[in-house]
Amino acid sequence: QNVGYRTLSLSGHVGFGSLPDQLVKKSIKQGFCFNILCIGETGSGKSALINSLFNTNFDDPVSTHFLPSVRLRAQTYELQESNVLLKLTVVNTVGFGDQINRENSYQPIVDYIDAQFEAYLQEELKITRSLFSYHDTRIHVCIYFISPTGHSLKTLDLLTMKSLDSKVNIIPVIGKADGISKTELQNFKNKIMSELVSNGVQMYQFPTDDETVSEINTIMNGHLPFAVVGSTKEVKIGNKTVRARQYPWGIVQVENENHCDFTKLREMLLCTNMEDLREQTHARHYELYRRCRLEEMGFRDIAPENKPVSLQEAYEAKRHELYLELQRKEEEMRQQFVQRVKEKEAILKEAEQQIQTRFEHHMLMHQEVKLKLEKKKKVLEDEIAMFIEKKANAELLRSQASVSTPVVSLKRDKDHK
Amino acid sequence: AGPVESKNEAAMSELVPEPRQKPVVPMKPMGINANLLGYIGIDTIIEQMRKKTMKTGFDFNIMVVGQSGLGKSTLVNTLFKSQVSRKSSGWNREEKIPKTVEIKAIGHVIEEGGVKMKLTVIDTPGFGDQINNENCWEPIEKYINEQYEKFLKEEVNIARKKRIPDTRVHCCLYFISPTGHSLRPLDLEFMKHLSKVVNIIPVIAKADTMTLEEKTEFKQRVRKELEVNGIEFYPQKEFDEDLEDKTENDKIRESMPFAVVGSDKEYQVNGKRVLGRKTPWGIIEVENLTHCEFALLRDFVIRTHLQDLKEVTHNIHYETYRAKRLNDNGGLPPMTVETEENHESNL
Repeated sequence: QNVGYRTLSLSGHVGFGSLPDQLVKKSIKQGFCFNILCIGETGSGKSALINSLFNTNFDDPVSTHFLPSVRLRAQTYELQESNVLLKLTVVNTVGFGDQINRENSYQPIVDYIDAQFEAYLQEELKITRSLFSYHDTRIHVCIYFISPTGHSLKTLDLLTMKSLDSKVNIIPVIGKADGISKTELQNFKNKIMSELVSNGVQMYQFPTDDETVSEINTIMNGHLPFAVVGSTKEVKIGNKTVRARQYPWGIVQVENENHCDFTKLREMLLCTNMEDLREQTHARHYELYRRCRLEEMGFRDIAPENKPVSLQEAYEAKRHELYLELQRKEEEMRQQFVQRVKEKEAILKEAEQQIQTRFEHHMLMHQEVKLKLEKKKKVLEDEIAMFIEKKANAELLRSQASVSTPVVSLKRDKDHK
Repeated sequence: AGPVESKNEAAMSELVPEPRQKPVVPMKPMGINANLLGYIGIDTIIEQMRKKTMKTGFDFNIMVVGQSGLGKSTLVNTLFKSQVSRKSSGWNREEKIPKTVEIKAIGHVIEEGGVKMKLTVIDTPGFGDQINNENCWEPIEKYINEQYEKFLKEEVNIARKKRIPDTRVHCCLYFISPTGHSLRPLDLEFMKHLSKVVNIIPVIAKADTMTLEEKTEFKQRVRKELEVNGIEFYPQKEFDEDLEDKTENDKIRESMPFAVVGSDKEYQVNGKRVLGRKTPWGIIEVENLTHCEFALLRDFVIRTHLQDLKEVTHNIHYETYRAKRLNDNGGLPPMTVETEENHESNL
């Protein structure tokens, strides 16, 4: 990496040693995000643990066992300690393991995790994006609650963890561990770890490459899974009030190292490795998701002839493909349209023809009737003319008869005769 | 048409994979302010972050632009207290001034207080030295954009590197000639073009040729001219995040451009060894605030705003370049597509 770079020594104080401080100052201003996913059956102690971890009482409503499917419920809180502002999102699985048929229990969880990756990817692919002010919802750590049966892992546990181990950092814990005795506990832990290993489930390993934390992290890695007890109630012991669970036979103190691994979990999760969890999520799990997703969409880094392909070229090729497809469809639709128009035209033409014939027929009829009527009219007119003539003659005769002498009438009669 | 049709159908389903069922992302309710009843250790994340960054180290790329003879190399050497300039790494003093603007980048690794920095100094010999200096900023603009392009190419890879090497120019020091009058047309042209793609910090070079009054007047005139021409130098007003930033940056903007003197020679003054320039009329102490403003520049660039220079480059200049690039369809020549046949309607 440093090929071609000369190493120089400084002849005096320059001042860039303050760079980490400058970076830290900016990060503090922006605030931090941390997202925890808790998976466990109803009643495995998830809410109690979160409350104990953050020393608060997050208002989590108690769920029933009768939900039809697994749902995820996310709640965001803003916590502040000294000058650090933390946006904490706790996602709980509701109804996990309750159904009779639990085949699809883990799918909603996988989908949720993928959805957060997808949302980040979409933002990253945008043209105008604002990554530095993006509220990161990707799950940084998954706390998986194992039931304190004392025997071994359940099939559901193995199945769920196997489907999640390449997507999220998993830390297994044994919930409500106050029901197991010390001797049983160690056997149980060993059994669990060997089962996980033999099934190829990848757990989150606390990082051991940094000398300052490698020792403690290695020790802690050996204590997995953590047997935890959580409590929302406080009990007075001596002159202190601590989180504890009170039984007739004694008091289990949450923060007592001899009683349970709670403090170890808190130390590892928050004080030592929070930043590493965030980084692993981004650099490993998210990159894997992104790579798979882009390959799914058809993008490649290397073309078939082993030539490097730029994303832009891939975009262009894809767009061209889809464009040709679009054109083909358009063409198809156009053809159909033309076809239908032709058909419609033919129908209309025929109808027009029919109307034309009928019209002509009617015209003919009309002509005939008209002729007939004309004839009749002529006949009638003739008759009227004759009648008028007759009437005129009769009038004349009558007038002559009343005025003239019989001689005339005789004459007339003679004439008439 | 039958078999062809079905083949297309099958091909189509390969092109567009079934859209994934988008699971309902649970709504995030308004953040509830939870009060912590006792120390948890969330604030240790600061230490965790600090340790991580110290392990990975930092990149910083600084460019110096100005006519030859303005003391660019000396100033950069003084800033980083070591021989980081081009001249110190095998450059021949007798070398001729190049006929066009050249871009020469030299990288060094320096360490201080456990912090490792990969410093790259980018020199631009030939700028402003020709008879006709038209468009001499273009090779510089091209270089800056090339670095953005390199970064973008890495970022869009399917299998990405864990840490993308950052060669983008974080800071460009522009050297103004101490004429005492005003800015030159070349100065204005350069800064107008480049202030939109990179953080420009103007400095008045060889300030030991001006008296205090001349300095103050010159600076005021320069600031006025920059304002009139709409040139925003770093720290840009529009990127002040909050009131605290604004007050701090306003003070800095009021005293820019810094009038600097550089030197890599040490002299004895009042029993101390200081960096300076010896003249018959006295020794000019580079790090003395009454003599010149070098210390202000150094504190500003290195001790307080180094990280911010990088962030503005990444979050604003690079994003602008990326958005423009993606919008311009990658700048690739337009694909030649078959033109649609014109179907005349039978109607």
